[in-house]
Amino acid sequence: MNTGFIRTIGRVNFIAILIILALAVAVPYGNLVAPPTSLVYVPDYMVALLGKFLTYAMLAVSLNLVWGYGGILSLGHGAFFALGGYVMGMYLMRQIGDRGVYSNPILPDFMVFLNWKELPWFWWGFDQFWFAALMIVLVPGLLAFVFGWFAFRSRVSGVYLSIITQAMTYALLLAFFRNDMGFGGNNGLTDFKDILGFNLQSQETRATLFALSAVFLAGFLLLVAWITTSRYGKLLVATRDAESRTRFLGYRPERVKLFVWTLSAMMAGIAGALYVPQIGIINPGEFAPANSIEVVIWAAVGGRGTILGPVVGAFLVNGGKSWFTGLFPEFWLFVLGALFVLTTLYLPKGIIGTVKGFWQARNARKQSQKDADVPKDTSRPATVEAPAE
Amino acid sequence: MKKLTSSMLYLDDVSVAFDGFKAINSLSLVLEPGEMRAIIGPNGAGKTTMMDIITGKTRPDRGSVYFDGDVDLTRFDESAIATMGIGRKFQKPTVFESHSVEDNILLSMSGDQTISSLLFGRKSIGEKQRIDEILATIRLDGLRHEQAENLSHGQKQWLEIGMLLAQNPKLLLIDEPVAGMTDAETVETARLLREIAKTHAVIVVEHDMDFVRDLDVKVTCLHEGSVLAEGPLEHVSANEEVIDVYLGR
Ligand SMILES: Nc1ncnc2c1ncn2[C@@H]1O[C@H](COP(=O)(O)OP(=O)(O)OP(=O)(O)O)[C@@H](O)[C@H]1O
Ligand SMILES: [Mg+2]
Repeated sequence: MNTGFIRTIGRVNFIAILIILALAVAVPYGNLVAPPTSLVYVPDYMVALLGKFLTYAMLAVSLNLVWGYGGILSLGHGAFFALGGYVMGMYLMRQIGDRGVYSNPILPDFMVFLNWKELPWFWWGFDQFWFAALMIVLVPGLLAFVFGWFAFRSRVSGVYLSIITQAMTYALLLAFFRNDMGFGGNNGLTDFKDILGFNLQSQETRATLFALSAVFLAGFLLLVAWITTSRYGKLLVATRDAESRTRFLGYRPERVKLFVWTLSAMMAGIAGALYVPQIGIINPGEFAPANSIEVVIWAAVGGRGTILGPVVGAFLVNGGKSWFTGLFPEFWLFVLGALFVLTTLYLPKGIIGTVKGFWQARNARKQSQKDADVPKDTSRPATVEAPAE
Repeated sequence: MKKLTSSMLYLDDVSVAFDGFKAINSLSLVLEPGEMRAIIGPNGAGKTTMMDIITGKTRPDRGSVYFDGDVDLTRFDESAIATMGIGRKFQKPTVFESHSVEDNILLSMSGDQTISSLLFGRKSIGEKQRIDEILATIRLDGLRHEQAENLSHGQKQWLEIGMLLAQNPKLLLIDEPVAGMTDAETVETARLLREIAKTHAVIVVEHDMDFVRDLDVKVTCLHEGSVLAEGPLEHVSANEEVIDVYLGR
């Protein structure tokens, strides 16, 4: 393997990506092949749960790209996730064909129920997977582009920007609740049957969706690692820290931000599109402002501005949520709030950021003790940083 | 209407008011190509505001601002003006704190690049050499891998001057470069600026009179938004009004 490549993306990140790719094989193996008595057996519900977490991690990674590196605190990233989810949902609805309750070969059940006679124009083409796949990135990407174009050009930033992103997702929530929007109103889209002809209930399909999510997450991490080490990535961080300085050097920070913002929305859309078939439903609740805020907490807990932080945060917080809501469902929101406050106060760099800080300080100490000719080291193993448990 | 002058910078009858307060009041100033000018004046005289106007941060209410002969600067924004060749050091040193010294310089020389070339571009040999040169000029070559936030105040000032050089401007605007520097650093900075002035037009704003004397260039004293006196330092510092409002404090 090319060591230059590993050095560029970071050794620890590289190992983590390999682990995620290994999971893409190991979990489906444990579920489909291993006998239930085996140590590596993975029950169905676990595949579904971890698959969901993977898509959450993808969402957190996309948020981290704009927030951690670009300083744009989006409180509306759930909207891009939900839009990607809706696009996938529309494709899955069309896949149902005449197997719906009303057996209408073209119209989804909810349209028949509303007495609609023909398919609205914005549902055209969604029976084609390639078209839906394109829309999964284009719809969130276009919304983000238009939104960002106006916001960044008028130099809206900081809290104001956060508030309008929150308003954006809230507006979409209200819109998607309406029946006449044509997206199934408050019931959303559900009762999916199959995807690309494969039964969505089958163990194999579900394991495949899990594997795909893991591969996409690994791809996202590679993408973020590559972007953030490029000159553009350095400029992005520079824009975050001293925007006006970049302007006086001749840059246009609004373009720098618009690019990463749009890309991030597309990534969130892909996450949503992988989420929906594994969950089996998409409804307007996914646009809830609170959802977007939770994503921010995942990234903050794991460590924003680090490659792996959002993944660790998404898994830990959601794992905690699954476990905790089993015990005391009504208290979860308090725990989440407390977690955010505690992280902000005592762990501002998040878990990975803090560990990385310790590690670098230790290395720097060693380095100065040795005072030797060893080149500044990314070459030393730093396994402590790998996402544990 | 096009104005053609032979000057590097030409300000004529420029005024700007903030909430009725005239920060710049009918200011005129001409800088010749290759000239270095020192600007002095009491706090609030409008020195920084003048730089804001030249760099497109503040739009004047009245007056004309021409760069390099006939470029009307009032019609452009900060990025465009920077790309045309005006570099600026802020009064409060502003560097990219979480980047290494080297990366600060690198980022300063790519201001005209597109997103895709920033994403896919590699550091060229030419760029590497240029970085080495600049680091040597600002005497930070020993600290090239250090994070900018770990630099001393004076070193940050130098780094920011290095960033301006990397930008390769025709005109450098330098706001209070020696604030917070030791005497030795101040002397060194004067030497550095004289060096830079050999190949660039420069405007330096400074309160430190020893430093200004060291620069040994024409001096302009601003007061209440307009020019109070202009000429060699001995001439300006002998001016009664200058002594009253500024030197005699
Ligand atoms: N954006 C602004 N809005 C309102 N007032 C401003 C603005 N910029 C500058 N001023 C005012 O204009 C006056 C001139 O300020 P400026 O910063 O140009 O002074 P200066 O000569 O640089 O002073 P110093 O030596 O303290 O740096 C000050 O009274 C300042 O308060
Ligand atoms: Mg000033």
